[in-house]
Amino acid sequence: MVKKIYFQSIFFSFFFIKEAFAAESGGMPQLNPEFWVSQIFWLILTFGIMYLVLSKLILPKISNNLESRKSQILENIEAAEKQREDSDAKLKEYDEIMSKSKLEANSIFNQAREKALKDIGAKREVLDKQIDNEIAEAEKEIDALRKNAPDKINKIAIETSSELLQKLIGAEVNNSSISAIVDDLSKRNGDKYYGN
Amino acid sequence: MAANPMSQFDVYRIGPEIKVGAFDISFTNASLFMILSTVSILLIFNLGSKKNSILPNKIQLLAELSYTFVSKMISDTAGSKAKPYFAFIFSLFMFVLFCNMFGMIPYTFTVTSHIIVTFVLAAFIFIGVTVIGFIKHGFGYLKLFVPSGVPAVLLPLIVVIEIISYLSRPISLSVRLFANMMAGHTMMKVFGGFVISLGIVGGWLPLSFSVALTGLEILVAFLQAYVFAILTCIYLNDALNLHH
Repeated sequence: MVKKIYFQSIFFSFFFIKEAFAAESGGMPQLNPEFWVSQIFWLILTFGIMYLVLSKLILPKISNNLESRKSQILENIEAAEKQREDSDAKLKEYDEIMSKSKLEANSIFNQAREKALKDIGAKREVLDKQIDNEIAEAEKEIDALRKNAPDKINKIAIETSSELLQKLIGAEVNNSSISAIVDDLSKRNGDKYYGN
Repeated sequence: MAANPMSQFDVYRIGPEIKVGAFDISFTNASLFMILSTVSILLIFNLGSKKNSILPNKIQLLAELSYTFVSKMISDTAGSKAKPYFAFIFSLFMFVLFCNMFGMIPYTFTVTSHIIVTFVLAAFIFIGVTVIGFIKHGFGYLKLFVPSGVPAVLLPLIVVIEIISYLSRPISLSVRLFANMMAGHTMMKVFGGFVISLGIVGGWLPLSFSVALTGLEILVAFLQAYVFAILTCIYLNDALNLHH
């Protein structure tokens, strides 16, 4: 498409030149040798100077800049790598310390727990013994009380019955005969009152 | 401006006539634009290489990108042996590019649209490459004309064709650049003339073509500079690394 327009326009251009500018001088100015020498001279002069300045002054500087940037970037990358390695090592160290201290803390905790458990056990044993002793003593007292109780009751029964009889009859009654009767009654009914 | 599409290629004297012996080396508009191109190249690349910051500014980036672009082009086509010729190819590429680009500004003169300029460049390259070839390989450089693996019967014909193609290198190189620049600029001028002659009613179509052509011509300006430089690299490659 572009090619077609290109060739058509060139064709039209020649058509146009012939139609409208037939009076003007035709031909290509490029083929007029009048200024060829001048153009060659100035081309060699300008291009030569430009080449010399570029090759001697400017291009070495640019290549220097590129090199130095490259080396600096490489250096920076190296430094970054080194720092990364350092930090990795430190992280490892930290992890080790952490796990070690965790283990230590665990063992300390376990020891403390065992000790506490032992203490508790010892104290419980002592307390248990004390309680047992006290219970035994109390039982003994109760037993003593229980053993003494019928005698006392008999005594009270004899005294109250002698007094009752004195009041009712008005005469002294022999204490020994009353106690014989009470003993006899208490032996007969003792089981009913004391249960065992 | 004259309306003749070819008058934009006229060379005229600026200032007095300067003569050295029989030769007229007067300062012309062509000389003016050669100087403008070289001065802008030197200015831009001088500014671009002055400071060396790790993060380059725009002009430094431009200079360094051009440098790496050309150096990659050379190493891709001609290998590492072509390193000493880097400065020349860089200058050549930049000179042709800037001359082409200056020609895209209205009312300017295109240095590379003149056959004599492109021919001098191409002839210099041709002679230089041939000299380099003979220095590097001695008479063995003539093996360039004898491709390997060709039947003996065809050899005389092939050698003649190779020699003709070798000798036509400067012509093809110079005519390619000159013809592209001239044709493009002539076409733009013709479409510009159509805009005027068709007037306010019909002038819009050629005007839109002109706009599109300007973009195309900028592309061609870059492309022809690139082609000129890369063909130089290929010729240099033939001279440096004899493959035949």
